[in-house]
Amino acid sequence: MTQRVRKGMPKGKPRAKATKKASRVTKAGRVDLLLGTVKGAFTLKGDAGRRTWKLEGPHFLGCECNHWVLDWRDRRTMLLAAVTGHLGPTVYRSTDGGKKWTEATKPPAFPKAPEGQTGPAVSRTFYLAPGHESQPGVWWAGTVPHALFRSEGGGANWEPVHTFNRYIAGLKEKNAMYLSETPGGAITHSIIIDPRDAGHMYVSLSTGGTFETTNGTKSWRALNEGVSVVDFFPDPFPEYGQDPHCVVMSKANPDRLYQQNHCGVYRLDRALAKWERIGKQLPPKVGDIGFPVVTHPRDQDTVWVFPMDGTAVWPRTSPGGKPAIFRSSNGGRTWTRLAKGFPANQGWFTVFRQAMKSDTQDPLGLYVGTTSGEIWTSRDEGESWKMAAAHMPRILSIEVVER
Amino acid sequence: MTIKVHLSSHVRSYTAGKPMVEAEGGTLKDLMTDLERRHPGLRFRVIDEQDRIRPHMNFFVGGVLVRDLGHPIAPGEAVHILGALSGG
Repeated sequence: MTQRVRKGMPKGKPRAKATKKASRVTKAGRVDLLLGTVKGAFTLKGDAGRRTWKLEGPHFLGCECNHWVLDWRDRRTMLLAAVTGHLGPTVYRSTDGGKKWTEATKPPAFPKAPEGQTGPAVSRTFYLAPGHESQPGVWWAGTVPHALFRSEGGGANWEPVHTFNRYIAGLKEKNAMYLSETPGGAITHSIIIDPRDAGHMYVSLSTGGTFETTNGTKSWRALNEGVSVVDFFPDPFPEYGQDPHCVVMSKANPDRLYQQNHCGVYRLDRALAKWERIGKQLPPKVGDIGFPVVTHPRDQDTVWVFPMDGTAVWPRTSPGGKPAIFRSSNGGRTWTRLAKGFPANQGWFTVFRQAMKSDTQDPLGLYVGTTSGEIWTSRDEGESWKMAAAHMPRILSIEVVER
Repeated sequence: MTIKVHLSSHVRSYTAGKPMVEAEGGTLKDLMTDLERRHPGLRFRVIDEQDRIRPHMNFFVGGVLVRDLGHPIAPGEAVHILGALSGG
């Protein structure tokens, strides 16, 4: 099994040597947070010390803004995925850092079905990702329902990635139960591009699992070994059908992935081929269900999760009304509860999958957006938290821009 | 045949704020094609890629609620494209 996975991994690029803790480069600077909410987009601008924050906006008031992303390659282009209660989904685009916006001339959309047949329609663009460094202008988008789209024009025009969409449709045809909808629809997310190889990508589906291409989208395969599914499925470890809520790649070691799944927290070391459930060491009263996961950009073994209540009827609140982030500094063998600053009791929010991010400073800053419309910040790697904004609409996504 | 098209506030960003514009077409489908030519981007926000009217948008032809794009438009009939009293 190990050999099979190694064989399929990208060739010709030296593996980055995994280091427990890469060199700690002291960085300081201003941080802006790009916030997507159910009722518009906002910017939260920090001072040089990341101590005080100023909220600006709303932009696109009334639009459900699932994701607002700066192109880290040119640091000017921004895309924002939006939909309203009445109108269809679209993508807005700025080439001056958000001053002026135009709408994509061809937003993500499925091909028209042949006459007499029913075809799918995009209900929202959920996830946006700039492409590989070697492919300026290329962007990727994940939608509801499950589909991957690609733009070569900096987000102005989008085309379906037929290989992926047909592959997924084929899996669904074989077993519809394994590629079903969440309360938020059939979500395509966590589009990850290997920084060493533009042809190597991961895409995850809720529900459906994590999938990988190593040949620039020509073919795809499931990458879910070791990840369990809900207990009413006949096979506890199927090839696909899992529900990864959020998957991230370690910047310190691109051969290590973490995922917060509907059924636990997992780590994957590519050489070992199989995901390992690392959330079992979280306190039993808290459990290892949640939406987001963040990993340290300089330390492959440090990872944070924000557990939620996934018992019985799935309240999707902080367990016991006691919100806390949990950090592991050893790849998930042990976890530390970090809650200083959060409400000690009666705090019933949780954090969606795109609403917990870090910066790259030292010490690292962490940012959490809640279902109750608050932004919480930590400038000490999660040890302590302060509320930086409140009374906002439900937070769907955060992206960190370092100036 | 020139048709008066009345628009609710949801889509007036595509018509420079105008609540009423003119377009041509013998059917709702033809009208939407012409409307898209005159006001790019509008069609996809109210009709999906499978030519289905979006669930929370209502089209009225001559005052009658219509959900079929093949519906003919008779001379003198106005078209209303309105956000439904739903949609969040």
